[in-house]
Amino acid sequence: MKIHEYQGKQLLREAGVPVPLSEVVFDAPAAAAAAKKLIETTGNEIVVVKSQIHAGGRGKGRFKEHPDLGGVKVVKGAEAAAAAAEKMLGSTLVTIQTGPEGKRVNRLLIEQGMDIKRELYLGVTLDRESGRNTVMASTEGGTEIEEVAHATPEKILTETIDPAIGLGGFQGRKLAYALGLEGKTARTMASFLGKVVAAYDELDCSILEINPLVVTGDGQVLALDAKANFDDNALYRHPSIEELRDPEEEDAAELEAKKWDLSYVNLDGTIGCMVNGAGLAMATMDIIKYFGSEPANFLDVGGGATKEKVTEAFKIITQDPKLTGILVNIFGGIMKCDTIAEGVVSAVKEVGLQVPLVVRLEGTNVELGKKIIQESGLNVTTGDSLRDAAQKIVELTQ
Amino acid sequence: MSVLVDKNTRLLVQGITGKTGMFHAEQSLGYAGTQVVAGCTPGKGGGAVLDGRVPVFDTVVGAVEGTGANATVIFVPPPFAADAIMEAADAEIPLIVCITEGIPVSDMIRVKRYLQGRSSRLIGPNCPGIITPEQCRIGIMPGYIHKPGRVGVISRSGTLTYEAVHQLTSLGLGQTTAIGIGGDPVNGTNFVDCLKLFNEDPATEGIVMIGEIGGTDEEEGAAFIKAHVKKPVAGFIAGVTAPPGKRMGHAGAIVSGGKGTAEGKLSAMRDAGVAIADTPSDIGTTMAAQM
Repeated sequence: MKIHEYQGKQLLREAGVPVPLSEVVFDAPAAAAAAKKLIETTGNEIVVVKSQIHAGGRGKGRFKEHPDLGGVKVVKGAEAAAAAAEKMLGSTLVTIQTGPEGKRVNRLLIEQGMDIKRELYLGVTLDRESGRNTVMASTEGGTEIEEVAHATPEKILTETIDPAIGLGGFQGRKLAYALGLEGKTARTMASFLGKVVAAYDELDCSILEINPLVVTGDGQVLALDAKANFDDNALYRHPSIEELRDPEEEDAAELEAKKWDLSYVNLDGTIGCMVNGAGLAMATMDIIKYFGSEPANFLDVGGGATKEKVTEAFKIITQDPKLTGILVNIFGGIMKCDTIAEGVVSAVKEVGLQVPLVVRLEGTNVELGKKIIQESGLNVTTGDSLRDAAQKIVELTQ
Repeated sequence: MSVLVDKNTRLLVQGITGKTGMFHAEQSLGYAGTQVVAGCTPGKGGGAVLDGRVPVFDTVVGAVEGTGANATVIFVPPPFAADAIMEAADAEIPLIVCITEGIPVSDMIRVKRYLQGRSSRLIGPNCPGIITPEQCRIGIMPGYIHKPGRVGVISRSGTLTYEAVHQLTSLGLGQTTAIGIGGDPVNGTNFVDCLKLFNEDPATEGIVMIGEIGGTDEEEGAAFIKAHVKKPVAGFIAGVTAPPGKRMGHAGAIVSGGKGTAEGKLSAMRDAGVAIADTPSDIGTTMAAQM
């Protein structure tokens, strides 16, 4: 699960990590008021207006409606902040991560301007090879870490976190000195690192990235950005994080699927898929592509699906306007083929069938499942194997 | 011959009084006489389930002392599964198979740390289990699609394993043992561990390796094959079409930062001499062509 920058900063603040003064706003008058307040508090007329969307590369991104305007704008004075907010809110920001369609900006963060001396990078995430969390730090703040890893891998410093200990104080100091910090600033940085790692652990993050992390002219260390993603498996123990979900940032069909405990991902292609098991679902997408078409979605109905769940899954697939055909591929183990067949038949009767449907059933109760499909009188093509079924749906939709 | 489990395996079921645990304990009992010797559910010890055939204990150590269990399968819900794995390791059970899907990553990081220096091997979590055809079924796979034979199967996915197993059975190749290592980013046994076991098993004449996007476990497996495995290996990687940054069902199936792509895995496997199946329907025939 992803959250916005301003929400991430609030979580960091609560964990004792220093972040600049800022306020989230939803309209231009509020932007002016927030900027005015910041200017009065800090005595600095410079404020930053930052678009809040679930995608990176906002600074270099551009608005479709205002090709000269980036997603992050440094301005002088409250009026200028309001003017920038007026343009940004409701407009579509296209960044390297949003894809060409971009994302609509509905929220802005108004933040105090900082006297930045150095921009550094800090990230905490899982290192799958060691099965442990790792801190990554780099002097190349403000640049995508993937770019740094590619161009100058030696500039990425890492420290592995022992789960029994957490980040050792010595590890924090090691990183701080290796980043070229000295004296009091180095000690401040070591303490900053410890707090960020503790927050990552406490909140069950899957990524906590601060890019850039800045050192100011007067030696303060602050998180100028915050990207926090969370482990979906651990959300059950963090109801307050679940509340931070922004439904406007998520795909409507994916949210509907989540209600039914279905694993669904919307894709760009035209052939809808319903499969049991994540690996087989991916493999089904792949074989559709192999025969020259593209999958419209990933959908794993899971092992213990009921007839009702299968019906809902089918409805979610058929809501996709791009759809030209549907492939149902089930290898029944625990999931019985007759349950799938009943669910499909009931869904088709309820919502109708406007596109070709190919069903391939194998495994537990396969004969019973096939019989249910045949006797339903519906216009369904059956596939003997996954290869046969995939070929048939691609042919039928061309 | 087989690896890890056979007719001498004495199986404990942790979470046997739950719906899923009970169902699969019964399925295993009915499969080739798999010895399901005990169940464990804290607070329900002293009784017996499945027509009195399987005694239930409060603790794993009690079950081991009472029945000589030497393998355990875990059907405990996600919030308690990590603790169940560690309880089994504390009782020194040699083989721990965790079926549970949805365990928090931070819990598994602690489990992995706890298992270091202990004698137990963990398979999973989030996996279908392990089966040696006609000898021992541990997990949730449909037993009847398996057949004793010559191919060792290693897979990160459940139903995709069934797909491959079904093809091997239809082609008459059968399986020595099929192992599902699970789809989570932090797990116990990996591809290299299983490749080692099958490489050393005289009855295994060929190996099927089914991976998916995410992580670098397949790449490490490929390096091991290149250096040590003389037996023919057939492979498949799921997720060629998956977009980066999106979680494809399995928590582990996410491509990030250009690492863990299907292309990278396939090229490492090809370089190691693994025969790659073009589609999931061709896994069996690809293996057969190598043998």
